[in-house]
Amino acid sequence: MERASGSRLDRWIDAYAARTRGMTASEIRALFAVASRPEVVSLAGGMPYLSALPLDVVGEALARLVATRGEVALQYGSGQGDPDLRERILDVMAPQRVVAHPDDVVVTTGSQQALDLVTRIFVDPGDVVIAEAPSYVGALGVFRAYQASVVHVPMDDDGLQPEALTDTLLALRREGRRVKLLYTVPNHHNPAGVTLSAARRPEIMEIARRFGVLVLEDDPYGLLGFDGDPHPALRSLDADGVIYLGSFSKTFAPGFRVGWAVAPHAVRERLVLASEASILCPSAFSQLAVSTYLQTHDWKHQVGVFRDLYRERRDAMLQGLEDMIPGSHWTHPHGGFYVWLTLPPGLDAKAMLPRAVTHRVAYVPGTAFFADDQGQSQLRLSYCYPTPERIREGVRRLAGVMEAELEVLSTFGPGLSGAHDGSPPSRPRVQFPGPDLT
Amino acid sequence: MLSPRVLVLAGGLSHEREVSLRSGRRVADALRDAGCQVTVSDVDEQLIHTLRAGHVDVVWPLLHGASGEDGSVRDVLELLGVPYVGSVPQACRVAWDKPVAKGMVREAGLLTPDSVALPHGVFRELGASRVLAAMVDRLGLPLMVKPARGGSALGASVVRTAEALPRAMVDCFAYGDVALVERYVSGVEVAVSVIDTGDGARTLPPVEIEPDGGIYDYDARYTAGATEFFCPARLTAESLALVQRVALTAHAAFGLRHLSRTDLIVDEEGRAWFLEVNVAPGLTETSLLPQSSEAAGLQASELYRRLVEAALEPAAA
Repeated sequence: MERASGSRLDRWIDAYAARTRGMTASEIRALFAVASRPEVVSLAGGMPYLSALPLDVVGEALARLVATRGEVALQYGSGQGDPDLRERILDVMAPQRVVAHPDDVVVTTGSQQALDLVTRIFVDPGDVVIAEAPSYVGALGVFRAYQASVVHVPMDDDGLQPEALTDTLLALRREGRRVKLLYTVPNHHNPAGVTLSAARRPEIMEIARRFGVLVLEDDPYGLLGFDGDPHPALRSLDADGVIYLGSFSKTFAPGFRVGWAVAPHAVRERLVLASEASILCPSAFSQLAVSTYLQTHDWKHQVGVFRDLYRERRDAMLQGLEDMIPGSHWTHPHGGFYVWLTLPPGLDAKAMLPRAVTHRVAYVPGTAFFADDQGQSQLRLSYCYPTPERIREGVRRLAGVMEAELEVLSTFGPGLSGAHDGSPPSRPRVQFPGPDLT
Repeated sequence: MLSPRVLVLAGGLSHEREVSLRSGRRVADALRDAGCQVTVSDVDEQLIHTLRAGHVDVVWPLLHGASGEDGSVRDVLELLGVPYVGSVPQACRVAWDKPVAKGMVREAGLLTPDSVALPHGVFRELGASRVLAAMVDRLGLPLMVKPARGGSALGASVVRTAEALPRAMVDCFAYGDVALVERYVSGVEVAVSVIDTGDGARTLPPVEIEPDGGIYDYDARYTAGATEFFCPARLTAESLALVQRVALTAHAAFGLRHLSRTDLIVDEEGRAWFLEVNVAPGLTETSLLPQSSEAAGLQASELYRRLVEAALEPAAA
């Protein structure tokens, strides 16, 4: 009998680097495809509500930019970023008391690239990165790509727990493991929706100092607080012990992909070299566009517009949850985009997602925000994009989904194990849900 | 028709939207290569207006799951009198419902694993533990649990112990109201595509599927490289002929048109077990029908163009 040789539909299958293992098509990601349909209330995506921007004004400014400074805007730029923009970034950070020199700022392609650069220059395979539990999915993806070992530390309503951080660091020290970074989103956390209290900030910095751990402070939501002035950034407490990451993605527009890092001098030098090796330079056009916007538009007022809008949506979300969702508990964010909800016992957010999609509501299952097996009973709800009416409708649908799922669960009895023996071999937990869901 | 105007319908609201969009893009590209004028559209409230405007000669519904495969979108196309590629609504309705389809192929003399299909309500009324125990007693272990309707292995799992069965049922019911619990047949997993471009149904070379993890789940289906395919399948000539006969029998028994794909298992004794038939088989870059077509020396563009022409042929049925 003639036997044909097998095909894998990818002639390079044996050539991929080990670190790409686990980059597979994912059932969860596929379900998110439905979330883009207008019938679906998507409480999944972390997309800023750009309709609140004066798009005509932005458009005119961009046209003027190309017409008057096109030869610069469309040219290569400096690896560290446009000096004028770096100067303006200092103003943006001022409310959080980040004091720096423009030379300390490295402009990046979104703060996501800054995450990549920092991890690249500090983390060898197997090194430990401490991250909150839960943590930003985009950061976990980067840490995984560099084969870091992520160790989670729990949070409460005041953010990262200092005692737990100390215990974790002590345990890691006892195990002889090398901790390279403490990654934290101190303000209006993604996905947890909590903020590190002012009282805890010096405490966390003191622990980091004591254990010699560099803090990676990721702060895209710092200016989007709903109540009063923002807390001082961790960077303001120890300029030499913190790399601060900022972004225009939430306060202006993610389409420009402009973020930045503020780092201690020596670190900054390496970041610039790493960035040049990676992308030569960030987009000059995007930088000049952001710079023009900051210069010609009352950006602080615009941030206030966003704050008011997101506050109203946060209220709609919390009220909806209060009115309609039984047996669960959730965080009460004072800014940012997200509520973190813990389901009634037995419910599994990932297993429930297909039912949610059938009922035309989408969320991100909690497992996406952990590098280990946590998060099964939790989910992230975003209130940034849908209108308050749609948010309420989404929560109503979610309530129905939970009710139906609880009924099925009660039918088949409590104590169901998380995975059955016939399930496929377990794959790495971090599955990047896609750029519009981060 | 020199350059037929084809509307590829892709997307939809089903769990398989992503797969459908991928199939749609591939088919649209291939048809353009074959000289067709192609537009790709989602199913939305503009669709009927578009179809009534008269700028479309033929529709190719590449919708997977729910309205795409249960015949309902095709019912609307019939209402509007628009020719389309693929099977008529009634045939879809039967083939789409796995328990009904299994009953039908059994009547047609084919083997299909013993199974039971039950809605959630029955477990609730009769007591899940009792019903599950009866299932295990009757069907044995391991079991295959899957939604009675739906594809791409979404909600499907192999269950090897009785303790694991409740969790599999809960996962399955997240995708639909009726679960099909089937005796698990181990063997060689094979897919046989059938095409009919107006000159009679014929099979393409059977594809053997060998997923790395042993289970042909969603990831294994749609990640290039995660599964090894053999085309033709590494079966004896006798078994190859058998699986082709099964696919043709199923295609005919359901009254399918233009294209279908039958999934089956060949066990150690060489018996071919029908699992399901797909009226809108996936046509993505990792899908099975395009692989078979290529193995048969048939360019996708050429095959798809001929299917479009068959749909335009008034006598096609």
